[in-house]
Amino acid sequence: MDLILTPNITDPDGFYARLIAAHDGLSDEESAALNARLILVLANQIGNAAVLEQALALAQVGK
Amino acid sequence: MLNDRYSLAFKLYPYERSSDQDAAQPVRHPVVIVGGGPIGIATALDLGQQGIPVLVLDDHEGIGMGSRAICFAKRTLEIADRYGCGRPMVEKGVVWNLGKVFHEDRQIYDFNLLPEAGHKYPAFINLQQPYFERFMVERVRELQATGTPIEIRGKNRLDAIEVRDDHVVLDIMTPEGPYRIEADWLIGCDGASSPLRGMMGLDFEGRVFQDSFLIADIRMHNDDFPTERWFWFEPTHGAGASTLLHKQPDDVWRVDFQIGWNVDRKEEMKEENIRRRLDAFLGEGLGYDIVWSSIYTFQCRRMKRFRHGRVLFAGDSAHQVSPFGARGANSGMQDVDNLGWKLGLVLKEQAPESLMDSYDTERCFAADENILNSSRSTDFITPKSKISHTFRNAVLQLAEKHAFARPLVNSGRLSLPCVYDNGPLNGEDALPEAPARTRPGAPCPDAPLADGFVLDRLGGDFVLLTIDADAPEQLDVGGIALRRVKLSVNDDATGALAERYLGGATSAVLLIRPDQHVAARWAAFDESAVRRAVGHACGKE
Repeated sequence: MDLILTPNITDPDGFYARLIAAHDGLSDEESAALNARLILVLANQIGNAAVLEQALALAQVGK
Repeated sequence: MLNDRYSLAFKLYPYERSSDQDAAQPVRHPVVIVGGGPIGIATALDLGQQGIPVLVLDDHEGIGMGSRAICFAKRTLEIADRYGCGRPMVEKGVVWNLGKVFHEDRQIYDFNLLPEAGHKYPAFINLQQPYFERFMVERVRELQATGTPIEIRGKNRLDAIEVRDDHVVLDIMTPEGPYRIEADWLIGCDGASSPLRGMMGLDFEGRVFQDSFLIADIRMHNDDFPTERWFWFEPTHGAGASTLLHKQPDDVWRVDFQIGWNVDRKEEMKEENIRRRLDAFLGEGLGYDIVWSSIYTFQCRRMKRFRHGRVLFAGDSAHQVSPFGARGANSGMQDVDNLGWKLGLVLKEQAPESLMDSYDTERCFAADENILNSSRSTDFITPKSKISHTFRNAVLQLAEKHAFARPLVNSGRLSLPCVYDNGPLNGEDALPEAPARTRPGAPCPDAPLADGFVLDRLGGDFVLLTIDADAPEQLDVGGIALRRVKLSVNDDATGALAERYLGGATSAVLLIRPDQHVAARWAAFDESAVRRAVGHACGKE
């Protein structure tokens, strides 16, 4: 199984708006904590260690 | 006393004295439109072509200067085509398909819009608003010459209104003094700062975006720029937090700089300061003339209701969006499309007055959709918080290398007509195998035929569209003549007609409203079902 690199989000604009709205009114620390929780939830959804490794590597390249 | 608020691009309706000004009693008109902008003139074309006498009042004598709205979408062109002025718009307009997205110092990707084939009109054109308006006024003149009852009165300013139960009384100022008329129906098309809305003390609430944008329309001396749309996020050239470059006809380019909230407008509007930004963006040494410039801010807001008894509001007077996604003038044209046939039926006493409430319901729904879409674009282009900015830039960084992130990049979504899902006039959807894009409430998509296009055949009346199905050629439903348009999948060798209207079905009967939205659909003709659906679409229950 490989990391999906083609568009895969249903209603990308709706998702993005919901993501930003989730941070409304939060301090920087609260936002970082929300992101951390969200990443862990999504990682659990993915499950597969190889895919998670590819995702981590991809995100690190962009830093 | 009647001073111009802006200078004119085209003087098209100079003041002339009307016999109404010398009448002993106020003259009553069936429909008066306040505002001779694109929405007012389109409304006049719609009603006039139905044979309804219509009077347009404008406090100027023509079309204002400045490119302003420059993107006109397919649905707008289709509506204009029905009014008889779509062709000159497309001939003058610029069509582009290639867009490029930049971040900081580099291009991160490009995209081709790859518009769907088999439509009479392109996905959209770029055209300066004064041309769009002029083509419509020229169409009014053509129609007037053949007796269509449209009148435009320049330098006629509405100063006061009295709203009665079944009409309104209007006090009008002219260069020769005031006079009074009455109207059975009044349509407010007098723009975002609508004086009519103010006179009636009506609300206009929503969200203010704390940012300003500087527009410069420039004519290049050497036009070797390609016809592409460029959107620049956080350009390192420094001339704005974002920059948009768009081609218009006459070798004119629209450059749009996001310049922040706390700016000194007078200072920014000085030619040397505009040139400083342009030179930073375009590079030194490129010759150009500045054709027009302006600073704008915007709100996303709408009136709570677009109908107030015998007064209806359409276009910017009823709703305002950010410019990203071209949903201002385009949504106003859809207001007209929705309003025209309904008011026509009510005035001809073929539908109850309550049908006008469906204008309010359907177009408020559409306005909310437009506000949602344009707010999302605005939030992406001008992030309002640190974390929003972080996410936005993460999307841009990922989009450079990975296609998956590109659908999240939002520099404006193409304006599409609203589908009136759960609309009050929708009838049954008894064709489950057919595609969602032609479900009740949806605007009919165009498709090619051997001798033209589907939308040419639909026109502006109630139509029973049959595809490989039988039905009578004509059906009178309570005074409404339902006209059959008989098609077969064999009429379109490309298969687009079948794909857009049939899907998995082998035959279809669709009831189409005069604004070319689907009202109901079935697999075969059933007279009582069709009669019911026509009645329902006219608000008769």
